Amino acid sequence: MPEIALAPVEHQFENAEQQREAATMGMWVFLATEALFFGGMFLGYTAYRTYYPEAFAEASRHTLVAFGSINTAVLLISSTVMAFAVRAARMNRRGLLSILLLVTASLGTAFLVIKGFEYAREISEGLLPGPKFHIETSDPVHAEMFFYLYWLMTGVHALHVTIGVALIGFFALRAWLFDAFRDHDTPIDLLGLYWHFVDVVWVFLFPLIYLAGRHS
Amino acid sequence: MTTATLQAEPQPVARVARTYLNERTTIASWLLTTDHKRIALLYMVSITLFFLIGGAAATLMRLELLTPQGDLVASDTYNKLFTIHGVVMVWFFLIPSIPTVLGNFLLPMMIGARDVAFPKINLASWYLFMGGGAFAVFSILSGGVDTGWTFYTPYSSTYANGHVIAMATGIFIAGFGSIATGLNFIVTTHKMRAPGMTWMKLPLFVWSLYTTSIILVLATPVLAITLALMALERAFGVGIFNPSLGGDPLLFQHLFWFYSHPAVYIMILPGMGVVSELITCFARKKIFGYQFVAAASVAIAVLGFLVWGHHMFVSSQSIYAGMIFSVLSFMVAIPSAIKVFNWTATLYKGSISFHTPMLYALGFIGLFTIGGLTGLFLASLAVDVHVHDTYFVIAHFHYIMVGGMVMAYLGALHFWWPKITGRMYPEWLAKLAALSIFAGFNLTFFPQFILGYLGMPRRYHVYAPEFQVLNVLSTAGASILALGYFLPLGYLLWSWKYGKIAGPNPWRATGLEWTTPSPPPKDNFDTTPIVTEGPYEYDPRATEAELRAAHA
Repeated sequence: MPEIALAPVEHQFENAEQQREAATMGMWVFLATEALFFGGMFLGYTAYRTYYPEAFAEASRHTLVAFGSINTAVLLISSTVMAFAVRAARMNRRGLLSILLLVTASLGTAFLVIKGFEYAREISEGLLPGPKFHIETSDPVHAEMFFYLYWLMTGVHALHVTIGVALIGFFALRAWLFDAFRDHDTPIDLLGLYWHFVDVVWVFLFPLIYLAGRHS
Repeated sequence: MTTATLQAEPQPVARVARTYLNERTTIASWLLTTDHKRIALLYMVSITLFFLIGGAAATLMRLELLTPQGDLVASDTYNKLFTIHGVVMVWFFLIPSIPTVLGNFLLPMMIGARDVAFPKINLASWYLFMGGGAFAVFSILSGGVDTGWTFYTPYSSTYANGHVIAMATGIFIAGFGSIATGLNFIVTTHKMRAPGMTWMKLPLFVWSLYTTSIILVLATPVLAITLALMALERAFGVGIFNPSLGGDPLLFQHLFWFYSHPAVYIMILPGMGVVSELITCFARKKIFGYQFVAAASVAIAVLGFLVWGHHMFVSSQSIYAGMIFSVLSFMVAIPSAIKVFNWTATLYKGSISFHTPMLYALGFIGLFTIGGLTGLFLASLAVDVHVHDTYFVIAHFHYIMVGGMVMAYLGALHFWWPKITGRMYPEWLAKLAALSIFAGFNLTFFPQFILGYLGMPRRYHVYAPEFQVLNVLSTAGASILALGYFLPLGYLLWSWKYGKIAGPNPWRATGLEWTTPSPPPKDNFDTTPIVTEGPYEYDPRATEAELRAAHA
């Protein structure tokens, strides 16, 4: 490991290594709180799917699985590119880093755009819960509960994607314009952790939402 | 002429030590500080203000309860008063109290660090706390909330009047301040310890802050999402908890108590850490069974996550779930009792002196024991059905929260006051305050055990006339308690300017925080300390006289 970071060490730390370890651990602790934050919604999903398995399976068949599948691919690829970006930062390849970050951010944006079209289709089909909600199933009340959870969970996830895209774009600019991460790749490392977390949440959401009713 | 100049020259330079207090003195230097000690003081001022708000609500409630009729406030106002009291005291006083004030001040010093790991996040946590507080105060001023601090659905989400959403937003935002503090403490404890400061040499106060932080980080986000879902239900009719839309109100209670029961341990664990420090210092003895006391903190934190269902014994949850939760709740008593027994064993054959902090620590042990044992009554399924939602519950958790945590907070404040300010508080006034708080507290809350056992329900502003005597006793106690709280507010402020100079270590205590000047310099230590001894290397032969000599 010749690439020990030479970042400016803040006054509370003894050396760069301590600073790096602290920052990395801080990110993991933050992701633990994020997991619990999503956990509340996943618990709600689990409870209601256990109560109303039929209604959830039927409702799930009304989701637009093509959009969901494409988005899964988009997000997984973006995570791969992010992993390369982390590597590029460690190797001090400034140009490559900026490009890889921009690609990641673009894929994140693509995810949001596709999600937006999906939402629009669903609204036009009456799948937004509320007074105009309309669905052809045997148990529309609990199908609506499925869609409450769907909108909530994907909405909170999309918010996290949006924050991620903004941060990644900002970091790409900093890398390009100021060479901000030369010998100081910890921030890119942590950004990568966050982005992979957002990706992993989607990996759980995808089967729960789109595939719940399709295996039979 | 020349001699005069020569003589005048050295005087102005004369030694005013550079401390974190006088290093810079502009208002901006306080509001933008990243120094953990200054942030601690920002928190201290803020939570004192919130304590006064919560206390004012309690005062009005106790006044109303002087008579069986509703003659002072209407029922609606009373509902709002107990909601304000609960919300403000829980989220804006008790949860932040010891961690954000004394934890922020002491944690880095106790482990030999210059600051916490993330000083900017530390400052941000205070702004989040104040932002959340602003929403809460707005909610109170614009008409209040009448749901109780528990916000049970569907009442809160559908039927309640008042500014539920603003209040929930306030708690949501303040919650992220809690998470930031917890995150900072965890990373600081792991990564910022001075050379030689192994886990088994950590002061027990650090252990308690560490375990508290784990609860803060893992439980608070669940509260955040729960209150967010409740607010969304109220604002947009999202029906997660609404039975008429297919939702289940019980899910709200599960999620709420998954946070709020561990939150009880957020409130008591730091107090236990404080008591471990105070008992050892004023008994001049090493703590009895260090590893057990430390491990008990971890055990309480872990078990604390598994007992939430004991708040829901009468909520129609499955009887088998109730039995499991009952057994698990009993198990929390084991680590709690380990602590109490070990403190008692530490006192045994110690050279005990009764300075004010010690009075609070001893008060804590007694009151916490009563609070804890009555908790076992409530953890028993059958007894809980009888006393559920009565004053028995109120008395039980006030023995823990006020008799435990507030006593510990005040004890800690007195113990470390000389470190924080460099000045001693006036001892005899402080003892008077400690004794009136102890007496006032018991007079306020002991009658409530009896009231609850006799069947007086909580959250009503009128009651049957036969309960009046006990209620009058309780209100009388509350006024003594209030006096006890106002005394420190006065003399601590006075001592800031006029107290006796304390010196670096007035208690002859061990611990790294006592090796630096009082008040400490900005970076705490001139050179990073190297730790070779355990935290409580007290000499039992050190006598009261020696301690007094240290004061002189």
